[in-house]
Amino acid sequence: MDGARKADPELYDFQAYRGRPKIVWPGGKTVAVWVAPNLEYYEIDPPANPFRKSWTKPHPDVVGYSHRDHSNRVSHWRMAEAMSKHGFPGSVSLSVALCQHHPEVVEDGAKRGWEFFSHGIYNTRYTYGMDEAQERAIIEDSIRTVAAATGQKIRGWLAPALTHTPRTLDLIAEYGLDYTCDLYHDDQVQAVKVKSGKLASIPYSLEVNDHYGFFIYNMSPRAYADTLLRQFDRLAAEGAASGTVMCIPLHAYLIGQPHRVGPFERVLEHIARDGRAWIARAGEIVDAWRLQTGDAG
Amino acid sequence: MSLDPTYLEYPKRRRGYDHDLYPWSALRDRKPVRWPDGKTVAIWVCVDLEWFPLDPADKPFRAPGHMQTPYPDYRHYTAREYGTRVGFYRLLDAFAKAGVTVSVAANGAIAERYPQIIADIGAAGHEIIAHSTDMNGTIASGLAEADERALIAKTAQTLEKATGVRPRGWLSIARSQSWNTPNLLKEAGFTYCCDWVNDELPYRFNNGLINLPLNHELSDRQIITVQQQSADSYGEQMLDAFDWLAGEAKTYGGRMLPLNVTPYIMALPYRIGAFETLLGALAARPGAWFAPGGAIVDAWLKSEAG
Repeated sequence: MDGARKADPELYDFQAYRGRPKIVWPGGKTVAVWVAPNLEYYEIDPPANPFRKSWTKPHPDVVGYSHRDHSNRVSHWRMAEAMSKHGFPGSVSLSVALCQHHPEVVEDGAKRGWEFFSHGIYNTRYTYGMDEAQERAIIEDSIRTVAAATGQKIRGWLAPALTHTPRTLDLIAEYGLDYTCDLYHDDQVQAVKVKSGKLASIPYSLEVNDHYGFFIYNMSPRAYADTLLRQFDRLAAEGAASGTVMCIPLHAYLIGQPHRVGPFERVLEHIARDGRAWIARAGEIVDAWRLQTGDAG
Repeated sequence: MSLDPTYLEYPKRRRGYDHDLYPWSALRDRKPVRWPDGKTVAIWVCVDLEWFPLDPADKPFRAPGHMQTPYPDYRHYTAREYGTRVGFYRLLDAFAKAGVTVSVAANGAIAERYPQIIADIGAAGHEIIAHSTDMNGTIASGLAEADERALIAKTAQTLEKATGVRPRGWLSIARSQSWNTPNLLKEAGFTYCCDWVNDELPYRFNNGLINLPLNHELSDRQIITVQQQSADSYGEQMLDAFDWLAGEAKTYGGRMLPLNVTPYIMALPYRIGAFETLLGALAARPGAWFAPGGAIVDAWLKSEAG
């Protein structure tokens, strides 16, 4: 990696969870809930990045590749339909090359009113080791590709396969993107210190990500559903003091499996009915936070 | 530093896939599939019947479930043999009790070593599909094409000799293939393979081979051994899956639920009861059609043609 390493990323100051300014979400809601489907494309035979292998097995990794392909053939629609049925739009972390490979999937999200941000070109191309020009190239490619496919100007970034360089956040802010999903230090929107522009950190989640639920914590589908409900109940209660954010990060090939989507749909039904949730897209949450905090960035 | 400039080139960034193995299509946009007798959800039970040699091979890779301790690993060898000697018969009885027919994905070595098992499977009307030579017969890129061709041929011939029928289906160990596998399976006369988990109904490769997806996420190995959940939870998850698929079938046509079970995992005395309960509950569901893989492929072909 370039330059000297720091012990602290120096992206934000410490701010204790008590005594903060009060955020109130539209309609007096206490927790802003956003759903973040990862619409991804994994290449079957990607070039090697010197810092990380794409597939742990020899290519073709049949199970690895085809499991993820399940999203684009089968489970995307199952997951999306459950979300639409209960009034949850998606804020999509998009492997932007999906716009070329399977435009039908991207069009489906766009038709449902979903917001798109970039999750890199492919989830099999990592930022590790890129120089500044290369990193600029993937940001510019992302902006251009999503605009051509959906008409939307991307506002956010979730690094491809969560791979970064120390300059990533400065660069996306320079290009006018205004939120990152890569920092997990808070349950409220927070300002990020960048060289130019404005950047907000919107809470995403590793812990209630379906990938962590099913493949790190090995939860059953009903146990994962219960986890989401507990996460919601606590954040909705705490949000009475100052509005919180709950993100539900998803991968259709996991949550859209037939044994999981039923329990998941019951979670959406519960949150939609509860009355304390402001169900929104990522950009709307960032806007509402800026409006109240007068965030100067 | 910077990456090699080719790392930011994407020669296969194009409509469809970055390979030519099979075309893209969304399940929900396909012509609705009709199963026989108006059934809505085909339940495909596939039992893995495997022989793990005491001397494991690590090329191209060691099979999941293989020997783990220094030689001689009697512990794992005999625990898997328990599944074949005892557990498998518990499963056969459970299938008879529930009145269901299944696929048995057998290593060729099972036919050579234990002909009685092959006879008992045939007598019960179940289908045998090919599951490599033995659990040292793993496939991955790097395996020489001639060696892979020989492995596939030997498996098919061994099972054909034992049963009198050429197996129509192929399941790779750990569902792992090389780039050559689909063509070699087609060349060897197989109708279908079960390795790719990207779909929930049969579909065709570009070479004409059919893939019948055996969802690894719904297997006892994944749910019980890898994710460490109980047999009761496994049963609950399969019923949740069935009920969801039955709901989809009302709108989109026939659906399929693959149950991949392993004698040394599911057929232990403390788990088999939960599995029997599951089979009973599934059999009682309206619309449930238990069928071996070959029958599901045939019904799919007929529905496609009709």
